[in-house]
Amino acid sequence: MSRETLVSLVIVLALLAIPLWATAAGETFYITLATRMAILALAAVGLNIALGLGGLVSFGHAAFFGIGGYAAGILASHAFNMEPLPFGLPGTNAMPVIWAVAIMASGIVALAIGAISLRTAGVYFIMITLAFAQMIFYFAISWPAYGGEDGLSIFVRNRFPGLNTLNGLTFFFISFGLLLAGLALFAALRDSRFGAALQAARQNERRLATVGIAPYRIRLAAFVVSAMVTGVAGALFADLNRFVSPSMLSWHMSGELIVLIILGGVGRLAGPVAGAMLYVAFEYFLGGITERWQFFLGLVLLAVVLFARGGVVGLLAGKARHG
Amino acid sequence: MAEPVLQLSNLVKTFGALKATDDVSLDLRQGEIHALIGPNGAGKSTLIHQIAGSLRPDTGTIRFLGRDVGALGVPERARMGLGRTFQISSLTPEFSALRNVMLAVQARQGSSFRFFRPVMRDRSLTEPAMAMLERVGLADRAAIPAAELSHGERRQLEIAIALALGSKAFLLDEPMAGMDPEGSKTLTGFLDRLRAEAPILLVEHDMDAVFALADRISVLVYGRVIATGTVAEIRADADVRRAYLGEEA
Amino acid sequence: MQTALLIEQILNGLQFGVMLFLMAAGLTLIFGVMGLINLAHGSLYMVGAFACAAVAAATGSFWLGLVASLAAAAAAGALIEVTVIRRLYERDHLDQVLATFALILVFSEATRWMFGSIPLYLNIPPLLSGTVPLPGGSAYPLYRVAIIGVGIAVAIGLHLLITRTRLGMRIRAGESDREMIGALGVDIRTLYTVVFALGAALAGLAGAMVGALQSVQVGMGEPVLILAFVVIVIGGIGSIHGALVGALLVGLIDTLGRFLLPAALAAFMGPSAAAGIGASLASILIYVFMALVLAIRPRGLFATAG
Repeated sequence: MSRETLVSLVIVLALLAIPLWATAAGETFYITLATRMAILALAAVGLNIALGLGGLVSFGHAAFFGIGGYAAGILASHAFNMEPLPFGLPGTNAMPVIWAVAIMASGIVALAIGAISLRTAGVYFIMITLAFAQMIFYFAISWPAYGGEDGLSIFVRNRFPGLNTLNGLTFFFISFGLLLAGLALFAALRDSRFGAALQAARQNERRLATVGIAPYRIRLAAFVVSAMVTGVAGALFADLNRFVSPSMLSWHMSGELIVLIILGGVGRLAGPVAGAMLYVAFEYFLGGITERWQFFLGLVLLAVVLFARGGVVGLLAGKARHG
Repeated sequence: MAEPVLQLSNLVKTFGALKATDDVSLDLRQGEIHALIGPNGAGKSTLIHQIAGSLRPDTGTIRFLGRDVGALGVPERARMGLGRTFQISSLTPEFSALRNVMLAVQARQGSSFRFFRPVMRDRSLTEPAMAMLERVGLADRAAIPAAELSHGERRQLEIAIALALGSKAFLLDEPMAGMDPEGSKTLTGFLDRLRAEAPILLVEHDMDAVFALADRISVLVYGRVIATGTVAEIRADADVRRAYLGEEA
Repeated sequence: MQTALLIEQILNGLQFGVMLFLMAAGLTLIFGVMGLINLAHGSLYMVGAFACAAVAAATGSFWLGLVASLAAAAAAGALIEVTVIRRLYERDHLDQVLATFALILVFSEATRWMFGSIPLYLNIPPLLSGTVPLPGGSAYPLYRVAIIGVGIAVAIGLHLLITRTRLGMRIRAGESDREMIGALGVDIRTLYTVVFALGAALAGLAGAMVGALQSVQVGMGEPVLILAFVVIVIGGIGSIHGALVGALLVGLIDTLGRFLLPAALAAFMGPSAAAGIGASLASILIYVFMALVLAIRPRGLFATAG
């Protein structure tokens, strides 16, 4: 087993250990914390596909996180008040359906945004993805029907067939299960022909074209898949908090997702998990000491960017080996 | 006579006031090595860019395998069989030599939208890639990341990649550049044998290699082809001697 | 439609545009010369506003506050350039985005620490608190006209700086070939610090001026920063000319859009629906415009090479 695989396993098991310990110790709050970690990790796994593998610095991934969240919120609220959506479609509070809608909606929006943005590169791409996400953010704030700036509540957590989603531990396992699925997808993509083309596009676009593969199509596909994974995480997040608001769409959220990845290790399998665990722990524990915890987060981040570029996984497992 | 594999007709490319390509016509025939020589700044790179598809000529046509490829981009021409190597090695640096070649094999098989099978365990990729590395003599360096290969090894890798594409014509941009005499000799022998598989348009400064390998030579000066002919003809041509080779040649 | 109202909105749009230009000019200069994407620019805007408000409150003079805003923003800019930014020039954009994002956090929280979360108030100086009569009879705030004036002055000043001075020459040279000017013996490090501080000062100036119109609070720079990004994407990254044109366009489109769209929609839907949908559409209008510009000119209207 390679060092990286071992490190990945340890990190994932560490996340799993938290709610198990919390249950045994009767400290149920930490289960919620762990669930938050798992969901943010999943969102970051999505971004890691585009950013880590593909080198696409998307500063607008919050758009997909928010779209997933609003999918959950809107469908749930229509189910709750029994009003049909446009085209007579009913609301629903079944999680699998909601996830499917979140995936489709994020995918479609990503296709549109990606088709335009990926015709640019470098700084343009970063700013354009940011701008499109802002567009969706402002739209959500000003569209009156779903709470606008105040957000939308999900009064009862959505359902999953056969499980009691109101139970914290159960909901953790649902989230953790999806996280594992996301990680499996990431690993499969990374090692596949698609992943080879995508990583080659990141390292040397000209070379890829010269062997006969068009970088644009590869990148667009990666961007869309990446958005879909982040979208599902958004739906879970809405269910965790039983609330969705435009803040899920804000550029701070986009920045936060990138932070998770850099803390954990860009392009590394378990990077997002390590990053999310670190970030949520930081937020909770340091936030408990001082309201100004983000000041210290900023300093830590600067230190990581300037001196510890490979993140947690980089420190533990060394540089990535591509075979 | 069969149609040439590659045919450039009256290509013109200007950048503002500079005419980088001035009514260039030349062709590349089956089985030959056609060398393109000329002083620095003659426009050789610009010409290569236009053939490969990364630059559009202002006027003129480029026919490859009987088809007008003017509207096609770099990936499409590569898929048709145009194998290009770069003057400054352009590889995927984090990937090993093997994975670099596997990428070309994958591209040739036309199947990059496969998401689930790990490439390192895919014999249909690893075996042909390894075979190419063996042909160029890099088999023992297969697992080394491209960034860590020596200069000469990177040139060899570029050629292995072009081979793996199953190219129908090779565009080699100064493959000898920066090679030691030993490496140049080996590469010269290699290219000599390669011409049977597919014709080679060879841009080179290394005159020993050019005179040893070329069936025909075209001389490019200030964007114009001032002479095309066999080695003997070019060596004897007065214009060429004046413009490029100097009196002692 | 009242002409007076329309003229007022156009002037508002120009004022908004001019303020965006101050932000965008600095951003695009920093990107053009140093190749750096600087998210902390909004924080420098905020620093300028806070410095102005604090000094104005302490001394009673808006003008002293304005000087303080320029000095503080430039100093803050120079400080972060020397300590953090200069390590980022050779790094990829991801690192630059993250590091400058981190700076935003540091600046925002440090400012909250120093001043608390309650907004500060900055008063328009008495000299500029009058109004100017507009055709059509209404009165337009003199202060806003002054802002437009400042913006025009800065645009002219920048133009002269870039085209007529040695610094400007070095800036233009640096934009076209970074390595070359180093080889030619220009002190790159100082040049970069000066350019960064200049951009910061412009941002601080914008913050101070707007601070008197709105309130001075942490995070005030962020919406402006993003709009400034939209401006330079539209105008072409690296082009000050483009920043001016882009800023005026964005300022006008946004202001007039918010004014005209609900009114236009009210023609064929109920007034409350028109207000709601109109506001939503108006808020995304600039981004739609940006997408359109990019569809036709992927590198912006006045893109410079490289």
